[in-house]
Amino acid sequence: MSGIVIKDLDVWFGSGRDRVDAVRSASFEVAQGDSFGLVGESGSGKSTILRALTGLAPDWRGKMQAGGELLGKSRTRSFYKSVQMVFQDPYASLHPRHSVDQVLSETLGLHGFSGIDKRIVNLLDDVGLGSSFRFRYPHQLSGGQRQRVAIARALAPEPQTLLLDEPTSALDVSVQAEILNLLTDLRAARNLTYLMVSHDLAVVGHMCERIAVMRNGEIVEIMSVGDMRAMQPVHEYTKQLLESSRGYVRAELSA
Amino acid sequence: MNLLDVENLWVRFPSRTGVFDAVRGVSFSLGKERLGIVGESGSGKSMTGRAILRLIRKPGIVTADRIAIDGQDIMAMSERQMRTVRGQRISMVMQDPKFSLNPVMTVGEQIMESYALHANATKAETRRKALEMLEAVSIRDPERVFRAYPHEMSGGMGQRIMIAMMLIPDPEILIADEPTSALDVSVQTQVLSILDRLVEARGMGLIFISHDLNLVSSFCDRVLIMYAGRIVEVCRADRLSEAQHPYTRGLLNSLPRLDQPDRRLEVLKRDPVWRNADSVSGML
Ligand SMILES: Nc1ncnc2c1ncn2[C@@H]1O[C@H](COP(=O)(O)OP(=O)(O)OP(=O)(O)O)[C@@H](O)[C@H]1O
Ligand SMILES: Nc1ncnc2c1ncn2[C@@H]1O[C@H](COP(=O)(O)OP(=O)(O)OP(=O)(O)O)[C@@H](O)[C@H]1O
Ligand SMILES: [Mg+2]
Ligand SMILES: [Mg+2]
Repeated sequence: MSGIVIKDLDVWFGSGRDRVDAVRSASFEVAQGDSFGLVGESGSGKSTILRALTGLAPDWRGKMQAGGELLGKSRTRSFYKSVQMVFQDPYASLHPRHSVDQVLSETLGLHGFSGIDKRIVNLLDDVGLGSSFRFRYPHQLSGGQRQRVAIARALAPEPQTLLLDEPTSALDVSVQAEILNLLTDLRAARNLTYLMVSHDLAVVGHMCERIAVMRNGEIVEIMSVGDMRAMQPVHEYTKQLLESSRGYVRAELSA
Repeated sequence: MNLLDVENLWVRFPSRTGVFDAVRGVSFSLGKERLGIVGESGSGKSMTGRAILRLIRKPGIVTADRIAIDGQDIMAMSERQMRTVRGQRISMVMQDPKFSLNPVMTVGEQIMESYALHANATKAETRRKALEMLEAVSIRDPERVFRAYPHEMSGGMGQRIMIAMMLIPDPEILIADEPTSALDVSVQTQVLSILDRLVEARGMGLIFISHDLNLVSSFCDRVLIMYAGRIVEVCRADRLSEAQHPYTRGLLNSLPRLDQPDRRLEVLKRDPVWRNADSVSGML
Protein backbone atom coordinates (compact mmCIF):
# COMPACT_ATOMS: atom_id res chain seq x y z
CA MET A 1 0.00 0.00 0.00
CA SER A 2 2.75 2.51 0.74
CA GLY A 3 4.63 2.28 -2.51
CA ILE A 4 4.56 5.09 -5.05
CA VAL A 5 2.20 5.41 -8.01
CA ILE A 6 2.64 8.12 -10.62
CA LYS A 7 0.21 8.10 -13.51
CA ASP A 8 -0.02 10.52 -16.45
CA LEU A 9 1.66 13.21 -14.41
CA ASP A 10 2.07 16.67 -15.92
CA VAL A 11 3.84 19.39 -13.93
CA TRP A 12 4.26 22.94 -15.16
CA PHE A 13 5.57 26.30 -13.94
CA GLY A 14 4.66 29.83 -14.97
CA SER A 15 2.40 30.94 -17.78
CA GLY A 16 2.45 32.53 -21.19
CA ARG A 17 5.79 32.56 -22.94
CA ASP A 18 7.55 31.62 -19.69
CA ARG A 19 5.50 28.49 -19.12
CA VAL A 20 7.69 25.44 -18.62
CA ASP A 21 6.19 21.99 -19.03
CA ALA A 22 8.73 20.44 -16.72
CA VAL A 23 7.16 16.96 -16.62
CA ARG A 24 4.91 15.53 -19.34
CA SER A 25 2.75 12.40 -18.94
CA ALA A 26 5.11 10.55 -16.66
CA SER A 27 3.96 7.16 -15.34
CA PHE A 28 5.68 4.60 -13.13
CA GLU A 29 5.05 2.52 -10.03
CA VAL A 30 7.32 1.56 -7.17
CA ALA A 31 6.10 -1.28 -4.96
CA GLN A 32 6.65 -0.97 -1.22
CA GLY A 33 10.18 -2.11 -0.40
CA ASP A 34 11.48 -1.46 -3.91
CA SER A 35 14.03 1.06 -5.02
CA PHE A 36 13.51 3.01 -8.24
CA GLY A 37 16.01 5.27 -9.96
CA LEU A 38 15.55 8.43 -12.04
CA VAL A 39 18.39 9.42 -14.33
CA GLY A 40 18.66 11.66 -17.35
CA GLU A 41 19.44 15.02 -18.79
CA SER A 42 20.08 17.99 -16.53
CA GLY A 43 16.84 20.02 -16.45
CA SER A 44 14.67 17.12 -17.63
CA GLY A 45 12.25 17.17 -14.67
CA LYS A 46 13.70 14.63 -12.21
CA SER A 47 13.69 16.92 -9.16
CA THR A 48 10.30 18.26 -10.23
CA ILE A 49 8.71 14.80 -9.91
CA LEU A 50 10.05 14.49 -6.36
CA ARG A 51 8.95 18.01 -5.49
CA ALA A 52 5.47 17.39 -6.87
CA LEU A 53 5.17 14.32 -4.63
CA THR A 54 6.10 16.35 -1.54
CA GLY A 55 3.68 19.13 -2.45
CA LEU A 56 6.26 21.71 -3.55
CA ALA A 57 5.09 22.06 -7.14
CA PRO A 58 1.56 23.50 -7.07
CA ASP A 59 0.59 23.12 -10.75
CA TRP A 60 0.09 19.52 -11.75
CA ARG A 61 -2.47 17.10 -13.03
CA GLY A 62 -2.62 13.33 -13.14
CA LYS A 63 -2.51 10.81 -10.32
CA MET A 64 0.03 10.56 -7.50
CA GLN A 65 -0.03 8.14 -4.61
CA ALA A 66 2.55 7.85 -1.83
CA GLY A 67 2.74 7.16 1.90
CA GLY A 68 -0.54 5.24 1.60
CA GLU A 69 -2.44 8.33 0.44
CA LEU A 70 -3.92 9.43 -2.84
CA LEU A 71 -2.38 12.89 -3.13
CA GLY A 72 -4.33 16.09 -3.62
CA LYS A 73 -3.39 19.73 -3.25
CA SER A 74 -1.89 19.72 0.21
CA ARG A 75 -0.01 17.22 2.36
CA THR A 76 -0.85 16.20 5.91
CA ARG A 77 1.61 15.88 8.77
CA SER A 78 1.20 12.11 8.69
CA PHE A 79 2.30 12.21 5.04
CA TYR A 80 5.59 13.85 6.07
CA LYS A 81 5.99 11.29 8.83
CA SER A 82 5.96 8.51 6.26
CA VAL A 83 7.48 10.27 3.22
CA GLN A 84 10.72 12.26 3.57
CA MET A 85 12.90 13.93 1.00
CA VAL A 86 16.62 14.70 0.77
CA PHE A 87 16.96 17.79 -1.42
CA GLN A 88 19.51 18.22 -4.17
CA ASP A 89 20.68 21.49 -2.73
CA PRO A 90 21.46 20.94 0.97
CA TYR A 91 22.51 24.54 1.50
CA ALA A 92 19.13 25.89 0.49
CA SER A 93 17.26 23.27 2.50
CA LEU A 94 18.97 24.02 5.83
CA HIS A 95 18.04 27.15 7.75
CA PRO A 96 21.22 29.26 8.01
CA ARG A 97 20.63 30.23 11.64
CA HIS A 98 19.67 26.80 12.95
CA SER A 99 22.38 24.57 14.34
CA VAL A 100 22.51 20.88 13.47
CA ASP A 101 21.05 20.17 16.90
CA GLN A 102 18.11 22.53 16.32
CA VAL A 103 17.39 21.07 12.89
CA LEU A 104 17.20 17.54 14.20
CA SER A 105 15.42 18.20 17.49
CA GLU A 106 12.80 20.30 15.73
CA THR A 107 12.03 17.50 13.26
CA LEU A 108 11.97 14.88 16.01
CA GLY A 109 9.76 17.07 18.21
CA LEU A 110 7.34 17.80 15.37
CA HIS A 111 6.77 14.10 14.85
CA GLY A 112 6.29 13.41 18.56
CA PHE A 113 9.40 11.42 19.38
CA SER A 114 10.78 11.14 22.88
CA GLY A 115 14.36 10.46 23.92
CA ILE A 116 15.44 13.16 21.48
CA ASP A 117 18.94 13.54 22.87
CA LYS A 118 19.83 9.91 22.31
CA ARG A 119 18.23 9.91 18.87
CA ILE A 120 20.29 12.90 17.72
CA VAL A 121 23.48 11.20 18.80
CA ASN A 122 22.50 8.04 16.90
CA LEU A 123 21.45 9.90 13.76
CA LEU A 124 24.73 11.83 13.58
CA ASP A 125 26.57 8.60 14.11
CA ASP A 126 24.62 6.87 11.33
CA VAL A 127 25.65 9.48 8.76
CA GLY A 128 29.27 9.46 9.92
CA LEU A 129 29.34 12.93 11.45
CA GLY A 130 29.79 12.29 15.16
CA SER A 131 28.75 14.50 18.03
CA SER A 132 31.42 17.16 17.52
CA PHE A 133 29.26 18.53 14.69
CA ARG A 134 26.12 18.74 16.77
CA PHE A 135 26.26 22.43 17.61
CA ARG A 136 27.64 23.72 14.33
CA TYR A 137 25.76 25.98 11.92
CA PRO A 138 25.47 25.25 8.18
CA HIS A 139 28.15 27.78 7.20
CA GLN A 140 30.62 25.98 9.47
CA LEU A 141 30.24 22.74 7.53
CA SER A 142 31.75 21.52 4.29
CA GLY A 143 29.46 20.66 1.36
CA GLY A 144 29.44 16.96 2.18
CA GLN A 145 28.89 17.55 5.89
CA ARG A 146 25.80 19.64 5.09
CA GLN A 147 24.50 16.91 2.83
CA ARG A 148 24.86 14.40 5.67
CA VAL A 149 22.88 16.67 8.01
CA ALA A 150 20.12 16.73 5.38
CA ILE A 151 20.18 12.93 5.21
CA ALA A 152 20.04 12.66 9.01
CA ARG A 153 17.05 15.00 9.07
CA ALA A 154 15.20 12.90 6.49
CA LEU A 155 15.88 9.72 8.47
CA ALA A 156 14.78 11.30 11.77
CA PRO A 157 11.00 10.62 11.52
CA GLU A 158 11.70 6.98 10.55
CA PRO A 159 9.84 7.32 7.25
CA GLN A 160 8.52 4.45 5.12
CA THR A 161 9.43 6.14 1.86
CA LEU A 162 12.51 8.19 1.02
CA LEU A 163 12.77 10.53 -1.94
CA LEU A 164 16.49 11.00 -2.52
CA ASP A 165 17.66 13.75 -4.88
CA GLU A 166 21.37 13.27 -5.58
CA PRO A 167 21.92 12.22 -1.96
CA THR A 168 25.62 11.46 -2.31
CA SER A 169 26.82 13.74 -5.10
CA ALA A 170 28.66 16.03 -2.65
CA LEU A 171 30.33 13.17 -0.78
CA ASP A 172 33.68 11.57 -1.35
CA VAL A 173 33.30 7.98 -2.47
CA SER A 174 34.28 6.45 0.88
CA VAL A 175 31.58 8.41 2.74
CA GLN A 176 29.25 7.68 -0.17
CA ALA A 177 29.88 3.96 0.36
CA GLU A 178 28.99 4.32 4.07
CA ILE A 179 25.75 6.19 3.31
CA LEU A 180 24.72 3.80 0.54
CA ASN A 181 25.37 0.81 2.82
CA LEU A 182 23.30 2.50 5.54
CA LEU A 183 20.44 3.05 3.09
CA THR A 184 20.69 -0.57 1.92
CA ASP A 185 20.57 -1.84 5.53
CA LEU A 186 17.63 0.39 6.45
CA ARG A 187 15.67 -0.75 3.43
CA ALA A 188 16.29 -4.39 4.30
CA ALA A 189 15.43 -3.91 7.97
CA ARG A 190 12.33 -1.72 7.57
CA ASN A 191 11.14 -2.58 4.07
CA LEU A 192 11.54 1.03 2.97
CA THR A 193 10.67 2.37 -0.49
CA TYR A 194 13.21 4.54 -2.30
CA LEU A 195 12.85 6.90 -5.23
CA MET A 196 16.33 8.08 -6.05
CA VAL A 197 17.74 10.63 -8.51
CA SER A 198 21.40 10.45 -9.45
CA HIS A 199 23.69 11.30 -12.34
CA ASP A 200 26.01 8.53 -11.31
CA LEU A 201 24.80 5.47 -13.17
CA ALA A 202 26.94 3.18 -11.02
CA VAL A 203 25.26 4.52 -7.89
CA VAL A 204 21.78 4.07 -9.36
CA GLY A 205 22.78 0.62 -10.57
CA HIS A 206 23.96 -0.28 -7.09
CA MET A 207 20.81 0.94 -5.33
CA CYS A 208 17.88 0.38 -7.69
CA GLU A 209 16.08 -2.53 -9.34
CA ARG A 210 14.46 -0.40 -12.02
CA ILE A 211 15.50 2.87 -13.60
CA ALA A 212 13.59 5.50 -15.59
CA VAL A 213 15.54 7.60 -18.07
CA MET A 214 14.29 11.17 -18.55
CA ARG A 215 14.87 13.70 -21.23
CA ASN A 216 13.21 17.06 -21.79
CA GLY A 217 10.28 16.42 -19.41
CA GLU A 218 9.55 12.90 -20.55
CA ILE A 219 10.42 9.41 -19.45
CA VAL A 220 11.93 7.90 -22.57
CA GLU A 221 12.58 4.45 -21.17
CA ILE A 222 12.15 2.36 -18.02
CA MET A 223 14.76 -0.36 -17.77
CA SER A 224 15.80 -3.07 -15.36
CA VAL A 225 19.17 -2.79 -13.67
CA GLY A 226 20.16 -5.96 -15.50
CA ASP A 227 19.62 -4.32 -18.88
CA MET A 228 21.52 -1.28 -17.74
CA ARG A 229 24.49 -3.34 -16.60
CA ALA A 230 24.42 -5.29 -19.85
CA MET A 231 24.43 -1.93 -21.68
CA GLN A 232 21.25 -2.89 -23.51
CA PRO A 233 19.16 0.24 -23.83
CA VAL A 234 16.24 0.62 -26.19
CA HIS A 235 16.20 4.38 -26.63
CA GLU A 236 18.91 6.26 -28.50
CA TYR A 237 19.32 8.78 -25.68
CA THR A 238 19.91 6.06 -23.10
CA LYS A 239 22.55 4.60 -25.36
CA GLN A 240 24.30 7.96 -25.48
CA LEU A 241 24.08 8.29 -21.70
CA LEU A 242 25.51 4.83 -21.05
CA GLU A 243 28.32 5.37 -23.50
CA SER A 244 29.45 8.67 -22.03
CA SER A 245 29.46 7.19 -18.51
CA ARG A 246 32.86 5.62 -19.09
CA GLY A 247 34.74 8.86 -18.38
CA TYR A 248 35.82 11.96 -20.26
CA VAL A 249 37.05 11.37 -23.78
CA ARG A 250 39.21 14.18 -25.05
CA ALA A 251 38.07 15.24 -28.49
CA GLU A 252 40.73 16.22 -31.01
CA LEU A 253 40.97 19.98 -30.68
CA SER A 254 40.86 21.84 -33.89
CA ALA A 255 42.50 25.23 -33.61
CA MET B 1 57.01 30.64 -14.41
CA ASN B 2 54.03 28.86 -12.86
CA LEU B 3 50.62 30.47 -12.99
CA LEU B 4 50.21 29.88 -9.28
CA ASP B 5 52.42 28.85 -6.38
CA VAL B 6 51.04 28.05 -2.95
CA GLU B 7 53.53 27.42 -0.18
CA ASN B 8 52.69 26.22 3.30
CA LEU B 9 49.04 27.29 3.34
CA TRP B 10 47.12 27.08 6.61
CA VAL B 11 43.44 27.86 7.26
CA ARG B 12 42.40 27.99 10.91
CA PHE B 13 39.10 28.51 12.68
CA PRO B 14 39.41 29.60 16.31
CA SER B 15 36.46 28.78 18.57
CA ARG B 16 35.70 28.69 22.27
CA THR B 17 36.86 25.08 22.45
CA GLY B 18 40.15 25.57 20.62
CA VAL B 19 41.45 26.11 17.11
CA PHE B 20 40.33 23.90 14.24
CA ASP B 21 42.92 23.55 11.48
CA ALA B 22 40.99 23.05 8.24
CA VAL B 23 44.06 23.28 5.98
CA ARG B 24 47.42 22.32 7.46
CA GLY B 25 50.44 23.45 5.50
CA VAL B 26 49.77 22.47 1.89
CA SER B 27 52.10 23.42 -0.95
CA PHE B 28 51.45 23.06 -4.65
CA SER B 29 51.78 24.89 -7.91
CA LEU B 30 49.61 25.20 -10.99
CA GLY B 31 50.90 25.38 -14.54
CA LYS B 32 48.91 25.61 -17.75
CA GLU B 33 47.25 22.37 -16.80
CA ARG B 34 44.19 20.67 -15.38
CA LEU B 35 45.00 20.04 -11.73
CA GLY B 36 42.51 17.80 -9.95
CA ILE B 37 41.91 17.88 -6.19
CA VAL B 38 40.10 14.92 -4.68
CA GLY B 39 39.77 13.86 -1.08
CA GLU B 40 37.73 13.27 1.97
CA SER B 41 34.63 15.33 2.64
CA GLY B 42 35.78 18.07 5.02
CA SER B 43 39.47 17.66 4.14
CA GLY B 44 39.89 21.32 3.17
CA LYS B 45 39.47 21.32 -0.62
CA SER B 46 37.00 24.22 -0.77
CA MET B 47 38.90 26.17 1.90
CA THR B 48 42.08 25.82 -0.16
CA GLY B 49 40.30 27.27 -3.20
CA ARG B 50 38.75 30.11 -1.23
CA ALA B 51 42.01 30.93 0.52
CA ILE B 52 43.71 31.52 -2.84
CA LEU B 53 41.10 34.21 -3.53
CA ARG B 54 41.30 35.42 0.08
CA LEU B 55 37.62 34.61 0.52
CA ILE B 56 37.79 32.92 3.92
CA ARG B 57 35.15 34.47 6.16
CA LYS B 58 35.81 35.58 9.71
CA PRO B 59 36.77 34.21 12.19
CA GLY B 60 38.87 32.10 9.81
CA ILE B 61 42.58 32.91 9.60
CA VAL B 62 44.74 32.27 6.53
CA THR B 63 48.52 32.11 6.64
CA ALA B 64 50.99 31.07 3.99
CA ASP B 65 54.67 31.51 3.27
CA ARG B 66 53.64 32.57 -0.21
CA ILE B 67 50.66 32.54 -2.56
CA ALA B 68 51.85 33.94 -5.86
CA ILE B 69 50.18 34.44 -9.22
CA ASP B 70 52.69 35.03 -11.97
CA GLY B 71 55.23 35.70 -9.26
CA GLN B 72 53.16 38.39 -7.48
CA ASP B 73 52.39 37.64 -3.85
CA ILE B 74 48.66 37.68 -3.16
CA MET B 75 49.16 37.73 0.59
CA ALA B 76 50.78 41.17 0.30
CA MET B 77 48.05 42.74 -1.85
CA SER B 78 45.56 45.33 -0.64
CA GLU B 79 41.87 44.44 -0.62
CA ARG B 80 41.48 46.75 -3.64
CA GLN B 81 44.13 44.90 -5.63
CA MET B 82 42.49 41.64 -4.58
CA ARG B 83 39.20 42.74 -6.11
CA THR B 84 40.94 43.14 -9.46
CA VAL B 85 42.49 39.71 -9.10
CA ARG B 86 39.07 38.19 -8.35
CA GLY B 87 37.33 40.09 -11.11
CA GLN B 88 39.87 39.53 -13.86
CA ARG B 89 42.60 37.02 -13.20
CA ILE B 90 41.20 34.21 -11.08
CA SER B 91 37.59 33.02 -11.20
CA MET B 92 36.00 30.51 -8.90
CA VAL B 93 32.92 28.37 -9.46
CA MET B 94 31.60 27.76 -5.95
CA GLN B 95 30.37 24.41 -4.74
CA ASP B 96 26.85 25.77 -4.11
CA PRO B 97 26.16 27.55 -7.37
CA LYS B 98 22.63 28.71 -6.64
CA PHE B 99 23.77 30.14 -3.35
CA SER B 100 26.35 32.31 -5.07
CA LEU B 101 23.93 33.72 -7.63
CA ASN B 102 21.89 36.78 -6.69
CA PRO B 103 18.39 35.48 -5.87
CA VAL B 104 16.53 38.69 -6.78
CA MET B 105 18.12 39.28 -10.17
CA THR B 106 17.28 37.36 -13.33
CA VAL B 107 19.89 35.07 -14.80
CA GLY B 108 20.16 37.28 -17.89
CA GLU B 109 20.70 40.48 -15.88
CA GLN B 110 23.47 38.80 -13.91
CA ILE B 111 25.32 37.53 -16.94
CA MET B 112 24.92 40.88 -18.71
CA GLU B 113 26.17 42.75 -15.68
CA SER B 114 29.38 40.75 -15.47
CA TYR B 115 29.90 40.96 -19.21
CA ALA B 116 29.43 44.72 -19.18
CA LEU B 117 32.20 45.01 -16.58
CA HIS B 118 34.65 43.44 -18.98
CA ALA B 119 33.68 44.50 -22.43
CA ASN B 120 32.77 47.79 -23.93
CA ALA B 121 29.69 46.62 -25.77
CA THR B 122 26.26 47.94 -26.63
CA LYS B 123 23.24 46.63 -24.72
CA ALA B 124 22.15 44.55 -27.71
CA GLU B 125 25.58 43.01 -28.13
CA THR B 126 25.77 42.22 -24.44
CA ARG B 127 22.39 40.52 -24.59
CA ARG B 128 23.34 38.48 -27.62
CA LYS B 129 26.59 37.45 -25.95
CA ALA B 130 24.76 36.37 -22.79
CA LEU B 131 22.36 34.20 -24.79
CA GLU B 132 25.29 32.73 -26.65
CA MET B 133 26.98 31.75 -23.41
CA LEU B 134 23.84 29.99 -22.18
CA GLU B 135 23.72 28.06 -25.41
CA ALA B 136 27.39 27.18 -25.13
CA VAL B 137 26.74 25.41 -21.82
CA SER B 138 23.92 23.40 -23.44
CA ILE B 139 20.95 25.26 -21.94
CA ARG B 140 17.94 24.07 -23.93
CA ASP B 141 15.86 27.26 -23.91
CA PRO B 142 18.22 30.20 -23.42
CA GLU B 143 15.54 32.87 -23.98
CA ARG B 144 13.40 31.59 -21.11
CA VAL B 145 16.36 31.00 -18.81
CA PHE B 146 17.60 34.53 -19.53
CA ARG B 147 14.36 35.93 -18.04
CA ALA B 148 14.20 33.45 -15.13
CA TYR B 149 15.40 33.73 -11.51
CA PRO B 150 18.00 31.39 -9.97
CA HIS B 151 15.44 29.46 -7.89
CA GLU B 152 13.65 28.51 -11.10
CA MET B 153 16.71 26.63 -12.34
CA SER B 154 17.45 22.95 -11.88
CA GLY B 155 20.61 21.96 -9.96
CA GLY B 156 22.63 21.36 -13.10
CA MET B 157 21.35 24.49 -14.84
CA GLY B 158 22.60 26.55 -11.88
CA GLN B 159 26.03 24.97 -12.22
CA ARG B 160 26.18 25.70 -15.93
CA ILE B 161 25.11 29.32 -15.45
CA MET B 162 27.88 29.79 -12.88
CA ILE B 163 30.45 28.30 -15.22
CA ALA B 164 29.31 30.57 -18.05
CA MET B 165 29.59 33.63 -15.78
CA MET B 166 33.01 32.73 -14.47
CA LEU B 167 34.41 32.39 -17.95
CA ILE B 168 33.36 35.91 -18.99
CA PRO B 169 36.47 37.68 -17.68
CA ASP B 170 38.67 35.25 -19.58
CA PRO B 171 40.61 34.37 -16.42
CA GLU B 172 44.19 33.12 -16.25
CA ILE B 173 43.12 30.68 -13.55
CA LEU B 174 39.77 29.00 -12.97
CA ILE B 175 39.07 27.26 -9.67
CA ALA B 176 36.09 24.99 -10.18
CA ASP B 177 34.66 23.44 -6.99
CA GLU B 178 32.54 20.41 -7.93
CA PRO B 179 31.42 22.24 -11.07
CA THR B 180 29.70 19.32 -12.77
CA SER B 181 28.37 17.18 -9.91
CA ALA B 182 24.76 17.90 -10.95
CA LEU B 183 25.24 17.31 -14.67
CA ASP B 184 24.35 14.20 -16.58
CA VAL B 185 27.34 12.64 -18.27
CA SER B 186 26.51 13.88 -21.72
CA VAL B 187 26.03 17.55 -20.79
CA GLN B 188 29.06 17.18 -18.52
CA THR B 189 31.20 16.20 -21.48
CA GLN B 190 30.09 19.29 -23.40
CA VAL B 191 30.83 21.61 -20.49
CA LEU B 192 34.21 20.03 -19.81
CA SER B 193 35.24 20.36 -23.42
CA ILE B 194 34.76 24.13 -23.09
CA LEU B 195 37.15 24.17 -20.13
CA ASP B 196 39.49 21.88 -21.99
CA ARG B 197 39.69 24.24 -24.93
CA LEU B 198 40.54 27.15 -22.64
CA VAL B 199 43.42 25.19 -21.14
CA GLU B 200 44.70 23.93 -24.48
CA ALA B 201 44.15 26.98 -26.65
CA ARG B 202 44.56 29.87 -24.22
CA GLY B 203 46.83 28.39 -21.61
CA MET B 204 44.40 28.82 -18.73
CA GLY B 205 45.23 26.99 -15.50
CA LEU B 206 42.38 24.93 -14.07
CA ILE B 207 41.97 23.67 -10.51
CA PHE B 208 39.27 21.04 -10.65
CA ILE B 209 37.87 19.92 -7.29
CA SER B 210 35.77 16.78 -7.62
CA HIS B 211 34.68 13.56 -5.96
CA ASP B 212 34.37 11.78 -9.27
CA LEU B 213 37.53 9.68 -9.48
CA ASN B 214 36.87 8.35 -12.99
CA LEU B 215 36.25 11.84 -14.26
CA VAL B 216 39.33 13.34 -12.62
CA SER B 217 41.45 10.52 -13.89
CA SER B 218 40.25 10.89 -17.48
CA PHE B 219 40.00 14.70 -17.56
CA CYS B 220 42.90 16.07 -15.48
CA ASP B 221 46.69 16.05 -15.91
CA ARG B 222 47.75 15.83 -12.26
CA VAL B 223 45.84 15.04 -9.07
CA LEU B 224 46.36 16.07 -5.45
CA ILE B 225 44.72 13.79 -2.90
CA MET B 226 43.77 15.56 0.34
CA TYR B 227 43.08 14.10 3.73
CA ALA B 228 42.49 15.99 7.00
CA GLY B 229 43.83 19.29 5.71
CA ARG B 230 46.95 17.88 4.10
CA ILE B 231 48.04 16.50 0.74
CA VAL B 232 48.71 12.80 1.22
CA GLU B 233 49.59 11.94 -2.37
CA VAL B 234 50.27 13.57 -5.73
CA CYS B 235 50.05 11.61 -8.94
CA ARG B 236 49.56 11.73 -12.67
CA ALA B 237 45.84 11.66 -13.37
CA ASP B 238 46.00 8.79 -15.81
CA ARG B 239 47.88 6.79 -13.17
CA LEU B 240 45.32 7.42 -10.42
CA SER B 241 44.32 3.76 -10.45
CA GLU B 242 47.89 2.87 -9.47
CA ALA B 243 47.97 5.30 -6.53
CA GLN B 244 49.78 4.00 -3.46
CA HIS B 245 48.51 5.78 -0.37
CA PRO B 246 46.12 3.58 1.61
CA TYR B 247 43.56 6.40 1.70
CA THR B 248 43.59 6.73 -2.09
CA ARG B 249 43.48 2.94 -2.46
CA GLY B 250 40.50 2.91 -0.10
CA LEU B 251 38.71 5.51 -2.22
CA LEU B 252 39.27 3.52 -5.39
CA ASN B 253 37.98 0.38 -3.71
CA SER B 254 34.79 1.94 -2.40
CA LEU B 255 33.50 2.93 -5.86
CA PRO B 256 30.34 1.15 -6.96
CA ARG B 257 30.78 -0.33 -10.42
CA LEU B 258 28.18 -0.81 -13.08
CA ASP B 259 29.99 -3.79 -14.58
CA GLN B 260 30.71 -5.52 -11.27
CA PRO B 261 27.75 -5.44 -8.90
CA ASP B 262 28.44 -5.95 -5.24
CA ARG B 263 25.85 -6.18 -2.50
CA ARG B 264 27.85 -4.14 -0.03
CA LEU B 265 30.36 -1.45 -0.83
CA GLU B 266 33.75 -1.58 0.77
CA VAL B 267 34.24 1.06 3.44
CA LEU B 268 37.44 2.65 4.49
CA LYS B 269 39.16 2.06 7.80
CA ARG B 270 40.82 5.35 8.60
CA ASP B 271 44.24 5.07 10.18
CA PRO B 272 45.12 7.88 12.65
CA VAL B 273 48.65 7.81 11.24
CA TRP B 274 47.43 9.37 7.95
CA ARG B 275 46.44 12.52 9.79
CA ASN B 276 49.91 13.07 11.20
CA ALA B 277 52.11 12.35 8.22
CA ASP B 278 53.68 15.44 6.66
CA SER B 279 51.92 17.06 3.73
CA VAL B 280 53.29 15.92 0.38
CA SER B 281 54.42 18.72 -1.92
CA GLY B 282 52.50 19.31 -5.14
CA MET B 283 54.98 21.93 -6.41
CA LEU B 284 56.13 21.73 -9.99
N1 LIG C 1 10.12 27.03 -9.53
C1 LIG C 1 10.29 26.92 -10.86
N2 LIG C 1 9.84 27.89 -11.69
C2 LIG C 1 10.02 27.79 -13.02
N3 LIG C 1 10.63 26.77 -13.64
C3 LIG C 1 11.10 25.78 -12.88
C4 LIG C 1 10.97 25.78 -11.45
N4 LIG C 1 11.54 24.67 -10.96
C5 LIG C 1 12.01 23.99 -12.03
N5 LIG C 1 11.75 24.64 -13.19
C6 LIG C 1 12.12 24.21 -14.54
O1 LIG C 1 11.70 22.88 -14.73
C7 LIG C 1 12.63 22.16 -15.51
C8 LIG C 1 12.99 20.87 -14.81
O2 LIG C 1 13.74 21.15 -13.63
P1 LIG C 1 14.23 20.02 -12.62
O3 LIG C 1 14.80 20.74 -11.45
O4 LIG C 1 13.13 19.07 -12.37
O5 LIG C 1 15.37 19.31 -13.49
P2 LIG C 1 16.30 18.07 -13.08
O6 LIG C 1 15.99 16.95 -14.01
O7 LIG C 1 16.22 17.82 -11.63
O8 LIG C 1 17.74 18.65 -13.50
P3 LIG C 1 19.17 18.57 -12.74
O9 LIG C 1 19.66 17.22 -13.02
O10 LIG C 1 19.97 19.63 -13.45
O11 LIG C 1 18.94 18.87 -11.30
C9 LIG C 1 13.80 23.10 -15.77
O12 LIG C 1 13.69 23.63 -17.05
C10 LIG C 1 13.62 24.20 -14.74
O13 LIG C 1 14.08 25.45 -15.22
N1 LIG D 1 33.37 28.60 9.76
C1 LIG D 1 33.90 27.43 10.12
N2 LIG D 1 34.17 27.12 11.40
C2 LIG D 1 34.70 25.94 11.76
N3 LIG D 1 35.02 24.97 10.89
C3 LIG D 1 34.79 25.19 9.60
C4 LIG D 1 34.23 26.43 9.13
N4 LIG D 1 34.09 26.36 7.79
C5 LIG D 1 34.57 25.15 7.44
N5 LIG D 1 34.98 24.45 8.52
C6 LIG D 1 35.57 23.10 8.51
O1 LIG D 1 36.71 23.09 7.68
C7 LIG D 1 36.88 21.81 7.10
C8 LIG D 1 37.23 21.94 5.64
O2 LIG D 1 36.09 22.39 4.94
P1 LIG D 1 36.03 22.40 3.35
O3 LIG D 1 34.74 23.08 3.00
O4 LIG D 1 37.27 22.93 2.77
O5 LIG D 1 35.91 20.83 3.02
P2 LIG D 1 35.90 20.11 1.62
O6 LIG D 1 37.16 19.33 1.48
O7 LIG D 1 35.57 21.08 0.55
O8 LIG D 1 34.70 19.05 1.82
P3 LIG D 1 33.46 18.66 0.88
O9 LIG D 1 34.02 17.67 -0.10
O10 LIG D 1 32.52 18.00 1.84
O11 LIG D 1 32.93 19.89 0.26
C9 LIG D 1 35.58 21.03 7.37
O12 LIG D 1 35.83 20.00 8.30
C10 LIG D 1 34.63 22.06 7.92
O13 LIG D 1 33.77 21.52 8.90
MG1 LIG E 1 17.53 18.17 -10.07
MG1 LIG F 1 33.89 21.46 -0.52
